[in-house]
Amino acid sequence: MKEDQFLTATKPTWCPGCGNFGIWMALKNALTKLAIPRENIVIVYGVGCHGNMRDWMNVYGVEGLHGRALPVAQGIKLANPNLTVIAITGDGDCLGEGGNHFIHAAKRNPNITVLVHNNEVYGLTTGQASPTAQIGMVTKSTPTGVVDPPFTPSSLGIFAGATFAARGFTGDIPFLAELIRAAIIHKGFSVVDMLQPCVTFDKIHTYQWYRERIQKVNISEESLGDKKQSIELASTFGEKIPIGVLHKRVENTSEDREIVLKNGPLSLLPTVSVDTLELLSQFQ
Amino acid sequence: MKTDITWAIGGEAGFGIMSSGTMLAKTFSRAGYGVIASNEYPSLIRGGHNFVSVRITTATVHAPKKSIHILIALNKETIDLHKSDLDLNAYVVYDEKDYAWKQEEFNHPITLISIPFSELLKQKNGDAVMRNTIALGVSMFLLGKDISLLTHVIQDQFKGKGEAIVTENIDIATLGYTYVKDHFEALHDQNISEGIIKEPQLVMNASEAVALGSLAGGMKFAAIYPMTPINALIPLFADHATELGIVYKQPEDEIAGINMAIGASLAGARSMVATSGGGFALMVEAVSMAGVMEVPVVIDLGMRPGPATGMPTWTEQGELHMVLHAGHGEFPRIILAPGDVEESYTLAKTAFDLAEQFQTPIFLLTDKYINETLWQLPREVLKTQTKGEIHADTDALPFKRYDRSTQSGISKRSFPGQKDHEYIANSYEHDEYGYTTEESGMRKTMVEKRLYKMKAIQAIIPPPTVYGEENADITFVAFGSLKGVVLDAMQTVKETGIKVKLIHFSWVYPMVEETIKQLLEKEKRLISIEQNATGQLASLIREATGVTIAEKWLKYDGRQWTTEEIIERAKGMK
Ligand SMILES: Cc1ncc(C[n+]2csc(CCOP(=O)(O)OP(=O)(O)O)c2C)c(N)n1
Ligand code: SF4
Ligand SMILES: [Mg+2]
Repeated sequence: MKEDQFLTATKPTWCPGCGNFGIWMALKNALTKLAIPRENIVIVYGVGCHGNMRDWMNVYGVEGLHGRALPVAQGIKLANPNLTVIAITGDGDCLGEGGNHFIHAAKRNPNITVLVHNNEVYGLTTGQASPTAQIGMVTKSTPTGVVDPPFTPSSLGIFAGATFAARGFTGDIPFLAELIRAAIIHKGFSVVDMLQPCVTFDKIHTYQWYRERIQKVNISEESLGDKKQSIELASTFGEKIPIGVLHKRVENTSEDREIVLKNGPLSLLPTVSVDTLELLSQFQ
Repeated sequence: MKTDITWAIGGEAGFGIMSSGTMLAKTFSRAGYGVIASNEYPSLIRGGHNFVSVRITTATVHAPKKSIHILIALNKETIDLHKSDLDLNAYVVYDEKDYAWKQEEFNHPITLISIPFSELLKQKNGDAVMRNTIALGVSMFLLGKDISLLTHVIQDQFKGKGEAIVTENIDIATLGYTYVKDHFEALHDQNISEGIIKEPQLVMNASEAVALGSLAGGMKFAAIYPMTPINALIPLFADHATELGIVYKQPEDEIAGINMAIGASLAGARSMVATSGGGFALMVEAVSMAGVMEVPVVIDLGMRPGPATGMPTWTEQGELHMVLHAGHGEFPRIILAPGDVEESYTLAKTAFDLAEQFQTPIFLLTDKYINETLWQLPREVLKTQTKGEIHADTDALPFKRYDRSTQSGISKRSFPGQKDHEYIANSYEHDEYGYTTEESGMRKTMVEKRLYKMKAIQAIIPPPTVYGEENADITFVAFGSLKGVVLDAMQTVKETGIKVKLIHFSWVYPMVEETIKQLLEKEKRLISIEQNATGQLASLIREATGVTIAEKWLKYDGRQWTTEEIIERAKGMK
């Protein structure tokens, strides 16, 4: 077997059995298969159990603030579109604290990939309800059960403008790896909603619970661009949970719209000579 | 001969008041005069009272004056509000149709000049919003100048809008000029001295100067959410992004803005944000992140009166303390507060070099007054710029992004794309590679590493600038935008026999204890003059140096200290 090029000196500290392990494996498999040079990958992490992955992932990493991974990721991509930029976020991070950034990132369609570790709880703060928690779910912050209806990350993303959306399950690593790979290859804002059991704080949504409900869907290329149908599929969550690629279409990315980026990364562009600028005439 | 004239125009918002001020200022600047134009307006797009005054002097000018020689009133309210500011024998241009003013309604003799604005416009089928253009024509005659000076400016201003618009504006301005010439020939003022400034000047506000300075400092990425008083930066970057070789992005909010800027900076682009107090409040968590990740970022904070939404279109220096303490935890920062447009340019440029050198947030502390006043900037100044280089260092492997062995606390940076230089830019406490740590020894050295940079910064901080006379009877201490008004007032105060000095901080923080202490302690009578209610500069000085400035002149009504107010108060001290 090939040596794991992403390993660091730190061993994962996730709870044994945590769904984050599967995501980590799937991500590494996808990146290995894509053979992107390690130095060209930047992963921006949210703050939560998911974000702890930074310490055992040997690529350029940015562990930012809770909820703010997406603006950082967009800033990186706008400065250097040659980089492969991936955001590792939590359901709380991405849709709670960072909800506004999520919908606006989707609207702009930057060529970045957002992996949402969807465990229905705030893991790191020991188990409060997240924006994806199902009605009735008892958590530390909802002792009599969640009362507000949940989001589904992909449907929200598609509605706001994401050009790729998929849902995977961390109990099926090869399939998840394929989805992540497809999301990274996709040129545009791609969201992968990853069903991730939190074995410590969520006793309902176990691996078994998901296995009984997930159903792989295989949608033809033509109908993948149908927003309405994609949103319908993405919001289906209950007795049946469709997984697979749910949405895909081609649009200009936010980097495409920045003409200067055609000349390469911003760091390589020369500083303008201010005293010869044409625009100075407006001050005369 | 007259060497110092203040012209002003007032009217309803939406009637081109601001742009007439700009055009007149440019006209006289081109003719070699010193000009400065300041405005007052409420937070409304239409309907409120807008007012611009342009002070025209034969040599360089530091500040506007309140006392008006020529007042153009495009509505009655303008005269109601500014009657008391009229100079003896001031010219008051108005339209009888708005209100038939009589001499008795004024405190002292003035010259009433009624111009039938609407009638004249009808002759040319001009729109009511072009009354200001007639007014400009009228003004050129009253100021003893030829209309051609103005028509050149009109040509340049409107050339983008097509020949027809240029001609229409010139015709209408000429109509005003001819009308006063025919009806008030004697008022053609031939007693105004010629302007003596030879070096080419540009006319702009501090936001625009900050924008140009930033470009000169190698800025490549800006994310700015609109907020008064820094909005002028936006079109400059957005309209010309391609010519300038930059990316300007309008973020969904200020939190996104600064996080984007930090992301761009991590990827090797010199980057910035600009905002006012409310927007900055949203950025604060990320300022702290830039501190711990050691990422260069420049923050232009244009202050306006708070708390909260406050008075959005007025001025204050109320956020010095906020910026000093913004961001949880302890990390280095530098605060620069330009005193005029030239300093706005040079300090903005410097800010990017400082950010690059010290890898930490650098603040430009500006305010509504400096950001929206039009000043002259000698064109020559724009020749100074930096290379804007970013340092992607290669180093011994394994690469330690946060190498703690350096004396200065400054360690080498790498950028994504650079092989074998991967690291984690981590908002958690981290080790030399960026990996998270909670180990006590590592925590301690990393805090120290970051704070060593504060010592390195102190070593390069220039002292405050001292203006005025030795052995001063009174010594003003000020920061930022108060420079101009104090300097202006000092000329008059000096004539009354009071020796006066100004110690001006444009490098506000950190303060170098010994230097400043020595500077201040030898002064007879220190007065801290500030645009806030609590004396924030005086308290920073006390904290940093132990020197107490007991006497504080504080103004916090949203209006900039005026030359006249300072002179009045200084005279009263004799
Ligand atoms: C501004 C801010 N607010 C709150 C927190 C505390 N906090 C840390 S992680 C977290 C929730 C994490 O939930 P999620 O994003 O779902 O990640 P998970 O731990 O489930 O992977 C919270 C509220 C913080 N770090 N920063
Ligand atoms: S708390 Fe839950 S999400 Fe966090 S590591 Fe443990 S199992 Fe995983
Ligand atoms: Mg979660």
